Amino acid sequence: MCITWLGGNFPPNRFIFFSGGNSVEKTVAIELRGITKTFGDVVANKNVDLDVYKGEILSILGENGSGKTTLMNMISGIYFPDEGHIYINGEEVVIKSPKDAFAHKIGMIHQHFKLVDTFSAADNIILGEKCPKFDLKEEKEKLAEAHRAENEAYEHYDESEHPGPLAYMTKPKFHSEKETKRKLALMPLVGIGKKIKFNWLAKKRADVVQDIANRFGFKIDLKKKIYDLSVSEKQTVEIIKVLYRGADILILDEPTAVLTPQEIDKLFDVLRNMKAAGKSIIIITHKLNEVMAISDRVAVLRKGEHIATVNTSETNEQQLTEMMVGKKVSLNIDRTEPHDVKNRLVVSGLTALDIDGVKVLDNVSFEARSGEILGIAGIAGSGQRQLLEAIAGLYKIKDGAITYFDPAKDDAPVDLRSKTPVQIRDLGVRLSFVPEDRLGMGLVGNMDLIDNMMLRSYRKGFMFLDRKSPKKLAETIVEELEVVTPSTHTAVRRLSGGNVQKVLVGREIAASPSVLMAAYPVRGLDINSSYTIYNLLNDQKEKKVAVIFVGEDLDVLIQLCDRIMIICGGKVTGIVDGRTADKNKIGLMMMGQLHMDEGAALTDSSTEVMPDGE
Amino acid sequence: MVNEKKEREPLIHLVKRDHLDAWKQWAIRLGAIAGSLLFICLLISIVLKGSPFKVVEFMFKGAFGTNLNVNIFFRDAAILLIISLAVTPAFKMRFWNIGAEGQVLISAYMSVLCMFYLGGKVSDTLLIFISLIASLSVGILWAVIPAIFKALWNTNETLFTLMMNYIALQIVLYSIKAWVPTSSGQLPPLTSGNLPQIAGGDYVLSIIVAIFITVFLFIYMRFSKHGYEVSVVGESQNTARYIGINVPKVIIRTLVLSGAMCAIAGFLIGAGIDHTVSIDTVGGRGFTAVLVSWLGQFNPLAIVLMSCVVVFLSKGTTRVMESFGIANAFFAEVATGICFLIIIICEFFIRYRVILKKSEKKVAHEDLELAAQGEDSSEQLTANENEDVRLLQKDEQNDDEEGRRI
Amino acid sequence: MTGAMLVQFIKSAMRLSATFLYGSTGETIIEKGGHLNLGIPGVMSVGAACGCIAEYYLVKSMGLSAPALLVLIPLLVTIFAGALMGLLYSFLTVTLRANQNVVGLAMTTFGVGLAGYLITKMQAQNFVIITRASRFFLNMFQVQSENWFVQIFLSHGVLVYLAIIVAIVAQIILSKTRVGLNLRAVGENPATADAVGINVTKYKYVSTCTGCAISAIGGFFCIIDYMGGNWEYILEGFGWLSIALVIFSMWRPVLSIPGSFIFGGLYILANYIEGTTFAQMEIINMLPYIVTVLVLIITSIFGKKSVQPPAALGTSYFREER
Repeated sequence: MCITWLGGNFPPNRFIFFSGGNSVEKTVAIELRGITKTFGDVVANKNVDLDVYKGEILSILGENGSGKTTLMNMISGIYFPDEGHIYINGEEVVIKSPKDAFAHKIGMIHQHFKLVDTFSAADNIILGEKCPKFDLKEEKEKLAEAHRAENEAYEHYDESEHPGPLAYMTKPKFHSEKETKRKLALMPLVGIGKKIKFNWLAKKRADVVQDIANRFGFKIDLKKKIYDLSVSEKQTVEIIKVLYRGADILILDEPTAVLTPQEIDKLFDVLRNMKAAGKSIIIITHKLNEVMAISDRVAVLRKGEHIATVNTSETNEQQLTEMMVGKKVSLNIDRTEPHDVKNRLVVSGLTALDIDGVKVLDNVSFEARSGEILGIAGIAGSGQRQLLEAIAGLYKIKDGAITYFDPAKDDAPVDLRSKTPVQIRDLGVRLSFVPEDRLGMGLVGNMDLIDNMMLRSYRKGFMFLDRKSPKKLAETIVEELEVVTPSTHTAVRRLSGGNVQKVLVGREIAASPSVLMAAYPVRGLDINSSYTIYNLLNDQKEKKVAVIFVGEDLDVLIQLCDRIMIICGGKVTGIVDGRTADKNKIGLMMMGQLHMDEGAALTDSSTEVMPDGE
Repeated sequence: MVNEKKEREPLIHLVKRDHLDAWKQWAIRLGAIAGSLLFICLLISIVLKGSPFKVVEFMFKGAFGTNLNVNIFFRDAAILLIISLAVTPAFKMRFWNIGAEGQVLISAYMSVLCMFYLGGKVSDTLLIFISLIASLSVGILWAVIPAIFKALWNTNETLFTLMMNYIALQIVLYSIKAWVPTSSGQLPPLTSGNLPQIAGGDYVLSIIVAIFITVFLFIYMRFSKHGYEVSVVGESQNTARYIGINVPKVIIRTLVLSGAMCAIAGFLIGAGIDHTVSIDTVGGRGFTAVLVSWLGQFNPLAIVLMSCVVVFLSKGTTRVMESFGIANAFFAEVATGICFLIIIICEFFIRYRVILKKSEKKVAHEDLELAAQGEDSSEQLTANENEDVRLLQKDEQNDDEEGRRI
Repeated sequence: MTGAMLVQFIKSAMRLSATFLYGSTGETIIEKGGHLNLGIPGVMSVGAACGCIAEYYLVKSMGLSAPALLVLIPLLVTIFAGALMGLLYSFLTVTLRANQNVVGLAMTTFGVGLAGYLITKMQAQNFVIITRASRFFLNMFQVQSENWFVQIFLSHGVLVYLAIIVAIVAQIILSKTRVGLNLRAVGENPATADAVGINVTKYKYVSTCTGCAISAIGGFFCIIDYMGGNWEYILEGFGWLSIALVIFSMWRPVLSIPGSFIFGGLYILANYIEGTTFAQMEIINMLPYIVTVLVLIITSIFGKKSVQPPAALGTSYFREER
């Protein structure tokens, strides 16, 4: 591939590509030059240059913490760059707020949806819309011009040219000077009237938006409140919102993280349609297979720096990984054969309700076995959190049994149903739990490492706290898991995501558990930290711990877990063997369109699959 | 055109501070306190058209002028300190208890009630004991009712405790009108069941109790399991549940403690200082205590300092006003309010860093401007020259970009 | 209670209710923007003090010759004073992102103190002359008749009607216009509002200043109309009740019209029950507070999703939060 300048005939940002003899003209939609952004001492982006063309899908690939989202947030006006320039359609622009971004037709769909829960979907879409500009001077000139033109036509009107009884309809109107003057004087009122009319929330506003959604081919009821929508529906609302705003440049931040494989396919179809309509699409991701599937080009970021931009057709996953991580890495997770497995935790018929009385867990039954990793897959919010919390004694259950088999007492069964965490601990149950919300549940952000270690041990002793042994534990964890921290007296909030997770997992493992539950333990972690966590989980498996791993990345689940349980809407839709699992089938089970029991998974024959209707 | 846009860049840029050394934080706060005191002195001197030095002199005279002044100063500071410390554990738990006013008032009332009905019927020692128990239990009750509803149903505690203040106030009004049907509407000081006067005054006991409570609370919050639980619940209720803390229990227990300390303050006021009760018995100190506690960052030692500052302000300004011949008790409140607002503003600079925006272009520009200023002592370049320089730079940059692309 | 007394009772309750109505409408607008302003008692006091002082100087300088000006100018001064207090509050909580509870309480301390200071200073002079201007507020649209309907609904001062109009207009703006939609979005989820291009800071400033201005009218009304121009230190309590009324009315200004009427009725009830001693009256006067507590408890136990406070109430918004 070569790029050639064509003299001065083109503006400097217009290129012609010669690729394999076919010339394709591509226009640059947005250019970034020398973008730098720092947060305190952390450099999030360093001197990044990037071009995005019209009508292409560009992937921004990078590990967690490589500055992808920060970079895009600067285009969409959430952050303001410390240094550097942004050009849109060849002109330098300053984007200091999301409002400016909209003015330049940039729309971003954030990873955490920016929707107001208590509003209807339609209201979310029209939210923040600006009243069309009403320039009084311009409008006055327009009116005067129109009147003048009509008067001229009136004067030159020849009735003989328009015979017939309906002639009066074609006859131009004459506007007297007085009339024109009056209308001009009333012009400000027209402006105010338009403003009021725009400001009024008419009942039919939902229909207008619905029409647009239908035209783009989205099947969704926009009158519903956001809190009644599913995750993928919320994403659809976000996409409609951006389209409704007339965005030409769409940025999607990790749009696939919460979707099933089937929903991802649908999303990709939508994106391809938009690309065909000439829009530029930037998609942030760290999943290589998706990069290969959807994008035209890939820009790789590493530690805040732009490493390279390559055409997708000319690269492969291995090369991209090396660019992303900076060294050769094996993408395989070790999985040892479990041996001597025993039931450690048996859950049967577990049912739980949420505040509104809706079933969040519906007759859930499974076993977690020692020396095995049990994966739990499902769309976000399918009851994973409630399941783990119910086992840990944090969520009230309505029905069902949770039985623990104590290895210290010759596998004697212990009933855990409706026990508080303290009671569970007092029964001698060695249960560790790494919750999804690290700084909001597992740790206290504003406390230092020592006080966070103490969360598990502070009850020992009388009245007063013992800070000596937590200090020792904190030092051990910092040393063994290579936690990067100024000292053990540093507030954990100030550590990076990977180090926070190491502190949390380290503390939970230090309790030498016989059951270890981990919810999304690698979310937001870079590859090295993720592998540290995988290795820690595998170590625990070797130590005959029953590990329960709730994950969102199906590829990881399939590589790491011995068995995978799929839940959908609080129901178990299948338990499959990790070694023979099929990603698409798991996807269907996540959406509740397929049910599979354990036997079926082991034989893995399609005849035993029972589709549950489309 | 490009220049126009450049000027639209935000001039002021805020960055959240990651960390600021504790000593620096306290230096800023102390500076703010000193600054606000100076500001208030200046303000008074402007409003009253007097010399600022005179104002400062009278401020100190008001607080420390005579032995009696000193005693009253320490007594009032001690009472304010006790109330501020009382609300501290609740705030540390993010329980916005602004009902200290009512809790103190109802306990003071309770001790006076005991004195009113039992005075002369039982021995003074027994009476003191009874009124202490009564004050404690009713003070705790006043704090614990909102706490129970907060713990079980997450009822808004701010308004609940506020309404409890007014309920207490109405009860006091009722009793005074029932006890003193005459038009004066004031209950004369009662003589029986008074707390003993140590060293000939009512201040020593208050100070001793205040010191005891300060030390107790410091140890309780820093080294006890209960204090640790309070911190965890305050930081994150989810974490508290996760490690098995019974959150409702901690909330209720902490408010029992809080109410008890308020009750002690009320008891000291009722049985030890005033020997009577009126609707001005607490006089807004319950609300002031909330601010003192928060501005002292829930740190008992800082709260000691803050309460002294507030009492100093109120005594000092009152004296200043009197000395200038103006009997206006409200100026003390205004001064306290201004002092609080200034300290609130300083908290901003502790949490955020303000950066004045400078793009690289402008930096380069400044160099040019400086050079230009060196040659020509006139202050700035003309707009045209500016334009030229910028265009020049822009061209250079475009050249650079061309080079990079090819 | 005789019929005439009942009419009198309802009339007085409606009259007093305007104070609460202004206060709660103002606070509702502020809370919809995500700010819990505990400084309302201070704002009402300062508004009332400034309005009264303006009235005093007007009466002193031009006598009672121009009733319209005597009503309008002090009203504008009150609004301006309230908006200034709102500006101070929003500068501290929006720009400096200080804790809202603390700023609110400090504003109450400061505002009540400032009002007291100014009034005490004025009362040394012939301050009582403002009572003469009070009748202009009362008489402007008053219809004279002994008919009960007229007595209850048409015998009030101009500010009572204005309170109802303000509440209804506020309700319409909040629920039926884009401005209201945007404001609610700011209070529910400022990050979302920001991401769709709503100027969060501007909305917060404007809503706080508007709300404080409206509350300030409540304070001025209370003194000039309800108290007939006689200053009393009652506004602090009225301010707190207004804040409570916001919860009572479930963040809907229209619902706070009956709500404020109930509060007003409870507040004056003691005067209309025959045979009560002064002491017993104090117990009856406790009712508004007890009712508020009951409402707090009931809404928290049986609260539904639709009657929750704005989700971001009480939190500061910083766009570059990480």
